[in-house]
Amino acid sequence: MSLLKEPDLGTPAVAGEATVDVCIDGIAVSVAAGTSVMRAAAEAGINIPKLCATDTLNAFGSCRLCLVEVDGRPGTPASCTTHCAPGMQVSTQTPRLEKLRRGVMELYISDHPLDCLTCPANGDCELQDMAGAVGLREVRYGFDGENHLDAPTDDSNPYFSFDASKCIACSRCVRACDEVQGTFALTIAGRGFDSKVSAGAGESFMQSECVSCGACVQACPTSTLQEKTVIQLGVPQRTVLTTCAYCGVGCSFKAELRGDEVVRMVPYKDGGANEGHSCVKGRFAWGYATHKDRQLSPMIRERITDEWRPVSWDEAITYAADRLKAIQAEYGRNSIGGITSSRCTNEEVFVVQKMIRAAFGNNNVDTCARVCHSPTGYGLKQTFGTSAGTQDFKSVEQADVIVVIGANPTDGHPVFASRMKRRLREGAQLVVIDPRRIDLVRSPHVEATHFLQLSPGTNVAVVNALAHVVVTEGLVDRAFVAERCEADSFAQWESFIAEPQNSPEATESITGVPAAALRAAARLYAIATNAAIYYGLGVTEHSQGSTMVMGMANLAMATGNIGRDGVGVNPLRGQNNVQGSCDMGSFPHELPGYRHVSDDSARAVFEDLWGTLLDADPGLRIPNMFDAALAGTYRGMYVQGEDIAQSDPNVKHVKAALASLDLLIVQDLFLNETAAFAHVFLPGTSFLEKDGTFTNAERRINRVRPVMAPKTGKQEWQVTCELATAMGYPMDYVNGAAIMDEIAATTPTFARVSFARLDEAGSLQWPVTEAAPDGTPIMHVDGFVRGKGHFVDTPFVPTDERTSRKFPLILTTGRILSQYNVGAQTRRTANVEWHGEDILEIHPHDAEERGIVDGSAVSITSRVGETVLRARIADRMPQGVVYTTFHYPSSGANVVTTEFSDWATNCPEYKVTAVQVAPTSQLPVGDAVASGGAMAAIAELAAAQAGATALTNAGATAQ
Amino acid sequence: MSGAHETDDAALVRMVNQIAKNFGHHNADVAAAEVAKHLGQFWAPAMRLQLERYIDAGGSGVDPVPLQAVGLLV
Repeated sequence: MSLLKEPDLGTPAVAGEATVDVCIDGIAVSVAAGTSVMRAAAEAGINIPKLCATDTLNAFGSCRLCLVEVDGRPGTPASCTTHCAPGMQVSTQTPRLEKLRRGVMELYISDHPLDCLTCPANGDCELQDMAGAVGLREVRYGFDGENHLDAPTDDSNPYFSFDASKCIACSRCVRACDEVQGTFALTIAGRGFDSKVSAGAGESFMQSECVSCGACVQACPTSTLQEKTVIQLGVPQRTVLTTCAYCGVGCSFKAELRGDEVVRMVPYKDGGANEGHSCVKGRFAWGYATHKDRQLSPMIRERITDEWRPVSWDEAITYAADRLKAIQAEYGRNSIGGITSSRCTNEEVFVVQKMIRAAFGNNNVDTCARVCHSPTGYGLKQTFGTSAGTQDFKSVEQADVIVVIGANPTDGHPVFASRMKRRLREGAQLVVIDPRRIDLVRSPHVEATHFLQLSPGTNVAVVNALAHVVVTEGLVDRAFVAERCEADSFAQWESFIAEPQNSPEATESITGVPAAALRAAARLYAIATNAAIYYGLGVTEHSQGSTMVMGMANLAMATGNIGRDGVGVNPLRGQNNVQGSCDMGSFPHELPGYRHVSDDSARAVFEDLWGTLLDADPGLRIPNMFDAALAGTYRGMYVQGEDIAQSDPNVKHVKAALASLDLLIVQDLFLNETAAFAHVFLPGTSFLEKDGTFTNAERRINRVRPVMAPKTGKQEWQVTCELATAMGYPMDYVNGAAIMDEIAATTPTFARVSFARLDEAGSLQWPVTEAAPDGTPIMHVDGFVRGKGHFVDTPFVPTDERTSRKFPLILTTGRILSQYNVGAQTRRTANVEWHGEDILEIHPHDAEERGIVDGSAVSITSRVGETVLRARIADRMPQGVVYTTFHYPSSGANVVTTEFSDWATNCPEYKVTAVQVAPTSQLPVGDAVASGGAMAAIAELAAAQAGATALTNAGATAQ
Repeated sequence: MSGAHETDDAALVRMVNQIAKNFGHHNADVAAAEVAKHLGQFWAPAMRLQLERYIDAGGSGVDPVPLQAVGLLV
C-alpha cells in the first residue's frame, strides 16, 4: 500500500453510551458525552488546525491554533479542551478565527528554521501542514528577533536526534512520555520564552531516564525529534502492516519503506495489542534483519570440525534428507527429531511439527516454550481446560488490583507495562511478588501497595499462603465456586489449603515474606471488585513451575476472578510466538490445538488429511533429547530458529549432547552458538521477509506481512516442505495462507481463521469458531473450557537445589529492556549502547563481605560451571540473592544453571541456582556481536574427541 | 547433582522421584496411579522402558511410590 497516514482526531475517544448532539459548521454531529469539539468536528469530517493536540494524548490547549467560536459564548475557546454540550453551535472557519490562527502561526514560524526543503520531515511535518492550512504567506515580525535557532542538537540517542532549534514547545513529547509510556523522563524546563524540552535534569537523552520507546518521536509534530533513519534515508513512501518479532506482546507496526528498504517501524494505532505504542526493540532494533552476519546460503559439512561449504538449496536438502534417512535406517524411526521456534510464524512451526510427525514418523518434536512457559500450558489446562491466558491486554484497564508475580513487565513486556502503569496511575493497587525489587515496585507515579520480596524458589508456599488467608478468613466467592467449579475438587482443595502449614505464619520462615504483609495482600486481592494476576518466567522456571501456575489458578477461581474484564490469570509470554508455537502442536505429547497424541479421534483428523499413520505415544522433550543423544539413541536433530547451546541450562551438558549427534541441522538467521555443532545450515528468514502469523500472549493472531522478498530465496516453510519431500513424504503449499487453511481445517480453536479474515478484522483472538467468529478476547466467560473449574492441591515441594557453605548465594536470571533473550537479534543493533555485557547484581552486604566493589570482575561458580561477569552493587537485590541476564554468549549465564527442572514439564529451573561469587582478576569477555563461540566450541569438541573424559567448561573461558 | 554430568539412568530416577514427590500428599496408591498416569501422558515409551529395565536391574535410588507406579504402566 502507499504510505498509510492514520487519521488523527485530535483528542482521545471517550467511552460511554450517553451521547451529545451538536452542530459544527452547520453539520449535525452526535458524539459520546465528554467528547471534545475538536474530535466531534473531525468525526464530522472537519479538520480544525492543531499543533499541540493529537488523539493519543489528553487535550492540552497550549498552541492556540484550534480556536473555534461557539454561539452564545464569549471569546474563542480551544476546541481541544472544550467539551461538546447539548445543542452547541460551533463555527470552525470564520474570518476572525482565520486571522487569529495566522497570527499564531506567524509567531511559530518567526522562531523556526526556514529550511523545509532540506529538512528530513519535509512533507511529513505538521507545522508545515498547518502553515499551509491557515494560509500563512508572510511573517511580519521578521526573523532577526530573539529566537532559538541556535539551540543545540542532541544526537546522543543512537536512533533519534533532538534538534531543539525546531522545537515549538508543544509538550507533545513530554506528554507522550508521561501519558503513553509512563516514564516521565522529559519535562519542559524554564518559563515563557525560555521554555524548552529537557530530558531529565538537563541531561542528554542517553544520560536521562529515557527508555527510547519512541513515543516522543512519534508525537513530535515537527522534525525536532526525528528518527535517524529518516534523516539518513528520507521520508518513507509506502507502508506494510506487520507484527513485531520480539516479545510476546506482539505489537502491530507500520513498516514504512522506500522501495524495499525499511526507513522506520512505527507502531500502529489500530494494533490490538499495542494501540500505537512501542518499545526500543520493536521501534528501533530491527537492523539485525539486514545485518552483515546474516547467512544467506545453505551450507553443509561432513564433520563439525570441517569448514562450512556453501551449496545450493537442492544439495543441502538432499544431503540433510539422506543423512536423516541413513540414521533412521541404522538406529530406528525414533532416533531423530526436531525443535520448533517461538520466533517463527505459526505456519512455519506447523509445517515443522508436521514434517516430524509425518515424515520422520515420530513425535520427537518440542519447542523452546519447553524452557519458558511449558508449565503455563500444563497448569492452565489442568485447572481451566486450555493452555492459554484468560484475558486480552486491554482488560487491565478494568483491574482494581493487579498482582505481578515473577515478571518484570517494564523490561520484558514494556508496551504492556505502559498500559498497566496507566491503570495504576488511575488508582488501581499493585502487589508485586518477586525476589528482586523490580522497577514497578516504585517508579514515577507508581508504587506497589505490597511488595512481597520472597526467597527464590518459594512461590508455591506464597500462593498457598495467600489462598490460605482467602479460605480461612471467609473470603471465598462461594457463589462463583458453586456455579462454576467442581464441588469435589474444591472441597478437597479447601481442606488442603486450610491446613496450618499453609498459613502465612507457618510459611514466613520459608518464604521470607512477613505474615502480616502477606495477609494484607491476600485480603486486597480477594475483596477487590476486579483483581488480575500477571506472571512471567519467575513463576514457570522453577522445579514447581506447574504447581505454581495451578496455585494461581486456584486462587483466581476461589475469589471469582475469572471470566470477565479486569481479572484473570495472565502469562506474559517471553517470545513473540510462544503461544502460537504451542498452539501449533509443538509439544511431543500434543497435536495442534492441545490434543493429546493418544486421542484417536484427534489423530484421525490429521491421519486422514496427511495420508499417514501417526504415532500415538509421546515423543522426547528437549532435555530428554539431550539425554538420549548422550546415551546414543538419539542421533539426528533439526533445530528451527533456536540457540539451544546458549539458551538452555547447563550448556556444558547441552554442548556435549549436540557434539554427540551424527547430524544436526540448524535453520537460523545467523551462525549461532548451536551452529557450531551443525552439519547442515539452512538460512532462515527475518520477520521482514516472512508471510504468516504470530499469536501473542493474549491469543491474538496477527498477520506478519513481508516487506521484502526472502533474502535466501525461499520462505522457511518451503525449505521444511522440501526436506520432508526429500525424506519421502511430499509436502507442498502454494503460500502461507494455504498452511493457515490447513491449520483451520484441523484445529478447532482456529476453525474460522484465514489470512483473508485476518486482513479484514486486523487480528483475531482464538478461539475463533462458528460460535465466536470474531474471536474471544476474554476466556471462560460463561463456563470453563473444561466445563467446571478444577481445583488442584498444590503442596510446596522445595527444590533440590540448595545453598550450602560452598555455594551460599542463589543466582536468579532475567532479561533487560534493551536486549532480547540470547541477544542474537539485539546484539546486532545499537541496543548494545545500553547493555553491552551481562552484569551480576549483588546486594551491598554480600558484596562487602566478599570484597567486591562496584564494576569489578567477579567469578560465579555453581555445582556445574563457572563464569565471569562484572558486578553491580544493587540494593534492589535481597541479601543472599544475585541476578544476571543471559543476553551474551561470553557471559555464559547458562554455564552455571543446572539441569533441575519443573517436575511436570521439565521446564528448567533457571531461577534458582546455588552459587558462590568472588572477586577475580580475570576479565569478562565482551562480545557485542556473536562470539568466537563457534570456533571455541569446535576446539572444545576436538579436545573432547581427542580423548578428554570430561568436557571442559569453555563456555565461560574460551569465548 | 554433582559437577559431573549425571547418567541417563540417574536423570530418569531424579525425574520420576520428583514427580512422585509432587503427588506425595496423596496416599501411596493414589500417588502411584497419578505418577503412572503422568508417565503415560508425558514420557516417551523409550524412557518408560528404560526406567522399567533400570528397576528390573535393582532400581537403586527409585522411591517407593514411583516403584509402585512403574508396575501400573501398561
